[in-house]
Amino acid sequence: MSSAIQVENLSKIYQLGQFGTKTLSKDVERWWVTKVMGKEDPFLKIGEVNTRDSKSSQDWVYSLKDINFEIEQGDAVGIIGRNGAGKSTLLKILSRVTSPTTGRVNIKGRVASLLEVGTGFHPELTGRENIYLNGAILGMRKKEIDRTFDAIVDFSGVERYIDTPVKRYSSGMYVRLAFAVAAHLESEILIVDEVLAVGDADFQKKCLGKMGAISKGEGRTVLFVSHSMASIIALCRKSILLQNGSIAALGETGTIVNRYINLSGIGKSEYMEHEIILNQAYEWAKFKTIRTSGNSGITNSFSINEEIKIEIEYEVLRDNEIIHPSIHLLDNLGTTILATFNGTSANLNKDPFFSMPLSKGNYKSICSIPAFFLNDANYKVSCFLVPENASKMAIAKEILLFSVSETGEMRQEFHGGWVGLIRPRMAWMTSKL
Amino acid sequence: MEESKVEWDLVIEPTQSLFVLNFRELWRYRDLLAMFVKRDFVSFYKQTILGPAWFFIQPIFTTLVFVFVFGNLAHMSTDGLPQFLFYLTGITAWNYFSDCITKTSNVFAANAGIFGKVYFPRLIMPLSIIVSNLVRFGVQMLLLLFTMLYFGLKGADFHITWALGLFPLLVSIMALLGLGLGLIITSLTTKYKDLTFLIAFGMQLLMYATTVIYPLSSAPERYKDIIALNPMTSIIEAFRFAFLGKGELTLWSICYSTFLTLICLIIGVLVFNRTERNFVDTI
Repeated sequence: MSSAIQVENLSKIYQLGQFGTKTLSKDVERWWVTKVMGKEDPFLKIGEVNTRDSKSSQDWVYSLKDINFEIEQGDAVGIIGRNGAGKSTLLKILSRVTSPTTGRVNIKGRVASLLEVGTGFHPELTGRENIYLNGAILGMRKKEIDRTFDAIVDFSGVERYIDTPVKRYSSGMYVRLAFAVAAHLESEILIVDEVLAVGDADFQKKCLGKMGAISKGEGRTVLFVSHSMASIIALCRKSILLQNGSIAALGETGTIVNRYINLSGIGKSEYMEHEIILNQAYEWAKFKTIRTSGNSGITNSFSINEEIKIEIEYEVLRDNEIIHPSIHLLDNLGTTILATFNGTSANLNKDPFFSMPLSKGNYKSICSIPAFFLNDANYKVSCFLVPENASKMAIAKEILLFSVSETGEMRQEFHGGWVGLIRPRMAWMTSKL
Repeated sequence: MEESKVEWDLVIEPTQSLFVLNFRELWRYRDLLAMFVKRDFVSFYKQTILGPAWFFIQPIFTTLVFVFVFGNLAHMSTDGLPQFLFYLTGITAWNYFSDCITKTSNVFAANAGIFGKVYFPRLIMPLSIIVSNLVRFGVQMLLLLFTMLYFGLKGADFHITWALGLFPLLVSIMALLGLGLGLIITSLTTKYKDLTFLIAFGMQLLMYATTVIYPLSSAPERYKDIIALNPMTSIIEAFRFAFLGKGELTLWSICYSTFLTLICLIIGVLVFNRTERNFVDTI
């Protein structure tokens, strides 16, 4: 097998902030140093690793830094990583929308890239005219479009409206038509950014099927960026994990996806006493440690098929104190999804310490959220230590943040966006009446 | 070992030689150019009542206003030509140049969305603008010819000359000069937008520095050389000489405009090619 894409030492720096008079003076300085004095670019040296959440003093950041990889002909490769990891920048460079700062890319074969569905669609033009326009923008010759026209219309399923201006289309029809054009590009290499996030479930399935056919059946090389691990697993044999602009891992998709899920991406998984910011304190009980843990120990990234343990360690400061540990589970936007505590009638287990007067000392309460219960999303947790008369209590609001990711186990049949704050497995049965 | 044998179809590198202009690639995308022209044309008059008639309305009304203001109020010379014909000739030619420069000078800003999402030779976009405007110019030339016919039948004093043979050259100069200047301006405005403000009223002022509303022959002697420095002056003069028989046409002035146009075009394409590679990051 020979390689289709070869990436060598690829880097890209971006300038942050506003462009104004100050930028001009820096541009002049840069030009002076590199072109006139013949030295190395000063801003390349100070360029920082691109971590979104830490504040930077520099105006220049590396969006990609020293990327090296090779893709063989006919491979379908997924590119995964958090927002800002450099996925889009990589695709933009490979699609020649922007050029790298250093390094080079060698490509064998014609590249068609789909960073957006329906680029260049003109609302006033009819579906037919837009097929030709969009096809031409994506690099098709008129003859090629003539040849595939019927297949495009057929795939899109908007035959009835083909001579209607697309501004009268529903957004679903619009996307269908646009994807149909892209799906019929005749190129050896196809680069696809997260475009399946649009359209209804039925159509998403069709798109995934088509992409599968392109990579597996037709033997073309596919590069695919998605946040949906399900689609990546379904489509790609190999994957590249990007982190802060560098390649963190590269290999079989299954391994890489697991690695991605286990990457502690969002804040810490464990907070010690001095790190816990209290919204309210209680004089006779205090938090010692709050953490989340899963199958592989302390973490805040979970698979959907994993039990999530929320552990609260606390110290009771006087004898005969009754404490009810309690938590709230919130969604990413702060809406409370549920509240729970260890009360006997609200507990799947029987907690021997429930409502018992405690002696001085340290205690640990664990709340387990079952596997296949939460959705593919981020969640927050607030923790409480509630004494018998609930007038005063220790409160640590939204102290924990964890993420739950797709593994594909609940995704055998449906590949579309799955709405809902939670996603428990339910009991279903159909009978004939 | 095997790798050395691989012939890459495409190599992406940070910088590219300034003088690489990939004509083969441009040619491969010619269908796209045609589609852009068609899009501009079709979308121009869709959902209008008058449709393509709008192509005529603008020059007719501009001419009428010029006849009223410069002809009737200011009594400016039209070299003995019918005023309507004199102004219409100037406006038709000037409009083409002016449209070419204003539209191409905005090409990066106006197409940032599409340029940021898909690759095609960027030069296709300004070229399609030049061609779209050419179609429009052709339609407006019809208006000019009909007006000439009308005034001819009325016995007005004008005649076409041998210089009509220069028509293709004149149109090319207007197109390429507009293109060259437009490319330079659009390249300079991707990071610093100052120049965009200039172009809007600059074109207005430039028109007065060109012989659109007065003949070069009536310009005061001491300003004449300055006005003649404007490469568009000789074009408009030659244009008028070709169609109406009045205007100053010298070999030198045409050579001067041609030369300047080529310089602008070369610089324009070079800076455009250079800007095109990274402008998405700064616009």
